[in-house]
This record gives sequence, structure tokens and C-alpha cells, in this order.
Amino acid sequence: MNGREQVKVKNLFWISFLSILILILVWQFIVSSGIVPSTMLDSPLSVIRLFFDKLTNVNPDGATLGAHVLASLQAILLGYLLALLIGIPLGLLMGWYAVIDGLVRPIFELVRPIPPVAWIPLAIFWFGIGMTGKVYIIFIGGLVPAVINAYTGVLMSNPVLIQMAKTYGASKWQIFKTICIPSALPMIFGALQVALAICWTCLVAAELLASDVGLGYLITMGRRLLLPKLVILGMLMLGVTGFIIGYIVDKIERHLVSGLRR
Amino acid sequence: MEEANRDIKEAYKIECINVSKSYNYGEKTEVKVLDKVNIKAKENEFVVVLGPGQSGKTTLFRLIAGFERPTAGEVYVNDKKVASPNPKIGFVFQKYMLFPWKTVIGNIEMGPKLMGISKKKRREIANYYIKLVGLEGFENYYPNQLSGGMKQRVGIARSYANNADILLLDEPFGQLDAQTRMFMEKEIMRMWNQEKKTVCFVTNNVDEAVFLADRIICLEGKLPGRVNKIYNVDIPRPREFTDIPFIKLREEIKNNMELIL
Ligand SMILES: Nc1ncnc2c1ncn2[C@@H]1O[C@H](COP(=O)(O)OP(=O)(O)OP(=O)(O)O)[C@@H](O)[C@H]1O
Ligand SMILES: [Mg+2]
Repeated sequence: MNGREQVKVKNLFWISFLSILILILVWQFIVSSGIVPSTMLDSPLSVIRLFFDKLTNVNPDGATLGAHVLASLQAILLGYLLALLIGIPLGLLMGWYAVIDGLVRPIFELVRPIPPVAWIPLAIFWFGIGMTGKVYIIFIGGLVPAVINAYTGVLMSNPVLIQMAKTYGASKWQIFKTICIPSALPMIFGALQVALAICWTCLVAAELLASDVGLGYLITMGRRLLLPKLVILGMLMLGVTGFIIGYIVDKIERHLVSGLRR
Repeated sequence: MEEANRDIKEAYKIECINVSKSYNYGEKTEVKVLDKVNIKAKENEFVVVLGPGQSGKTTLFRLIAGFERPTAGEVYVNDKKVASPNPKIGFVFQKYMLFPWKTVIGNIEMGPKLMGISKKKRREIANYYIKLVGLEGFENYYPNQLSGGMKQRVGIARSYANNADILLLDEPFGQLDAQTRMFMEKEIMRMWNQEKKTVCFVTNNVDEAVFLADRIICLEGKLPGRVNKIYNVDIPRPREFTDIPFIKLREEIKNNMELIL
């Protein structure tokens, strides 16, 4: 415990509530009093109005809010899961089998320092503007932490336990299965949130630049049409959706960890 | 084993002959950890290696277990020169070394499983040794739910389950409080009487050594570890910490240790 003065949880809630309320009130005041022009900022009220309007209205950007959210969700889910599904086994195998490590590592180290977003132009060449390109960028983004964490996890296996299993006549594959993978699990779980955060950023970048639907696209349209409220709505939706996905992954992670530790 | 006093036919389970071990640190510095150590253990003998901290005790065990090779000298186990880790040797480590994601029974079954013994059979084996080490009722506990003493019981059961005929116990009770330690010393005697094995036991505790050993091998206090003196302990078992011969031997060893430290 640090020396900071402790606030009761109930009070803390009201204090947080108050701070957000003040933010919204100040924001509303700045806009309605005309301090900033409406080409720079729309009021919170107009954003809320737009939100309800966009639930059913496809104008001015071509899709309802639900369709945008769904498109983004689909892309992140596909890319993220693909990254885990390929990255984790790859990292595990690289950690244990020197040959696989030798084969894959050079390529991996070559790709690693390139920010995933830099792939966007190529992705457009290859897949056009649409779902496949987005998934590809997200996949590249999530792959790196998945591989690295699984790899490090294997390296952290207790050498004495491995030595002991060898004494019992265990094969390399048996040791991999019974010792390396369980040893790596905590590191792998640690990668879930990290990979998700990177994937989320990649999603938005891909949608801003190479997309015709999705929350990132909504923001781009808002910019092109000079509608700050559309941009703000897109940003807020990204925040809410991102929070919910993060929450779900966190729950899954906790569930897995408790299943492991019991 | 039943025939406790059978004829000794000079066959040793463990034989270390002039064993030396050095480690290199970088280019030039070489540290000698063991110097011409001779140790012999007959079948079903309880040999205690007594030495202060950092006298190369764990290193000696690693050589016997075949995890490493000596720099000079020879190690024989079952009359064969040690060249690789030997499944006939059960190692109970100074630091608890259990599979954290396996239950008590899972840990004990691990060896038989890796050796390809059928599920039914290895369950049987595990249950038998769980009983031997007194862990009934804790089969499905995970290591982090066990006390230190219980963890070492699992380690001992694991060695037995593996059908080891030599047990190397490296300061197994070093991390236990005095009371639990004394209790575990009685327990290891009970287990050993019930299921005889050749045991090598490392400790830095004189009482523990005198209580347990058929033979005590004292190492010198400074690196490199050298055998300083060997005591044959013929105090009848079960021993009491307050027996006159017990106290006499303990004092003798203690005085000697003070001289070499
Ligand atoms: N693998 C190794 N590489 C280099 N040096 C080592 C290695 N293993 C042990 N040593 C050195 O050998 C010396 C003796 O170590 P060892 O663990 O055998 O002593 P010990 O008697 O078991 O000590 P303790 O009572 O603390 O368990 C130490 O100084 C240690 O630094
Ligand atoms: Mg040691």
C-alpha cells in the first residue's frame, strides 16, 4: 500500500462520475457558446443525436452504425484468432526445436521491426480494399507478440524438470508436450492482451486507409465530409467496442489461468 | 530388505573413486569444487554426506546421478561407469522440484507414464507410494497447496514410483522448521525400513546425520570439497537424540567440524 490517502470506493465512483460530467458540460459550453467553430467540434448533444440517427440511417457514409461495428468486429476477431492460432504453436516449436528456430527466426527477425501498418499499401495491392486486407494487417500485428511470448515461455521451462524427464526416457516430443507447453502457458496468457491491443490499433489504421466499411472508415468519412460529430461518434464507438473486447479477453484469460492454477 | 545382515561381497551400489570436479569461469579462472573424493555405498546402506554450505555436495550428487561428468576420477553406479543420467537413481532436490501444473498423484505418476507403463498399473504404483510417504487424501492437491514437508514427500514417492534403487536426497529437509524436520527424519527412517533402498543423503546438520546414517562422510569446509573423515554409526535403531552414544558421537563430530572449519 502506498502512502496515498485512501478514498472509499463509493466516493470514488461519484468523484469519477463528477469528473466526466464536468468534461461533458465544459465541452457543451465551449461549442454552444461559439468559442470554437462547428467545423472543429460538435457538441455532445449533437453527437448523441447522431448516434440514435445512425442506428437506422445509412447516410451519409453508406452503412448503419451496427454494420460498421459488425465489420470491425469481424475483422479483429478473424485477424486476432488467426494470429494466436498460428503464432502460438509457431513460437512453441521455435522455442524447443532448434531446426525450426533456425529456419523461421531469420525471417521473423526481418519482419519484426517493420510496423504492421507499413504493410497496408502492399495489402491493398494484394487484396484490394476490403476484409481480407484488414485481416492480414491485424494478423501481422498480433503474430509478433504471440510468437515471442510462446517462444520465451518455452525457454523458461525448468531445466531440472527437463533433465529429469530425460532420465525417465522421455522423447523430445514428450518433453515438449508434458513440460514445455505447460511451462509456457503463463507467458502465452500474458500475450493475449498485448496482442489484442496491437491488433486493435492495426484494425483502425487499416480501416482509415484501406476500407469501405467499419468504424475506422466511419471516421475517415467524417473527415472527408467535414463532420466532426461523425468522427467523434466513430472514436467513441471504437473506445466502447475496444473496452468490451478487452473485457471479454480478460475474463477468458482469468478463466484459463484459474483453470491452470486451481 | 529382510536379510539385513547378509554377507558383504564388496559389491557397491555407488562408488566414487578419486572424483574431482572443476568449473571454468571464463578463460582463465578455474574453480575446483571437489578434490579426490572417495565414497562408497553398499546395497541398502544409508550414507550421509555431511558438509557445510558450498562444499560441493550438490555437485557430487549431480556427478553420481550422471547429469555431469567428473573432471578426474571415476563414478560407478551398479558397477557400471556413469556416462548419462540413470533412471535407476531417484533425485530429491534441495529446492522443491515438482511439476506445478500436476497434482500430487500426477507428479508421482509422471516417471512411470514417460516410461510407458499402462494407466492402470501406474495408478496402482502411485497409490502404493502415496501410502508409503503418508500422503493419502492429498492425491489431488497441487504443489502450491502443499507444505514444504509434503512437497518433499511427493519427491520421495516420485523416486520410489520410478523404481529407482538408489535415492539421492539433497538436503531434503533444509527448508523445513526444526519440528517438522525432526518429524520428517523419523518418517524417512520409517519409509526406508519399510522399503529398503540405497540412500545417499546430504545434510549440514550433525544431529540429522547421526540420527539417520549407517555411515557419515564428512566434507571439509572450504572449496574444494574433500573427504575429511568417515564415521561408521552402529548405534541401534530407532535412535533417540538423547541416547548416550548418540550424544557422544554428535559431540565428537561437532568438535572435529570446528577444527576443519
Ligand atoms: N554448474 C556450475 N557451474 C559453475 N560453478 C558451479 C556449478 N555448480 C556449482 N558450482 C560451484 O561449486 C561450488 C559448490 O556448489 P554446490 O552447489 O555443489 O555446493 P553445496 O555444498 O551443495 O552448497 P549448499 O550447501 O549451498 O547446497 C559453488 O561455489 C558453486 O558456485
Ligand atoms: Mg547443495
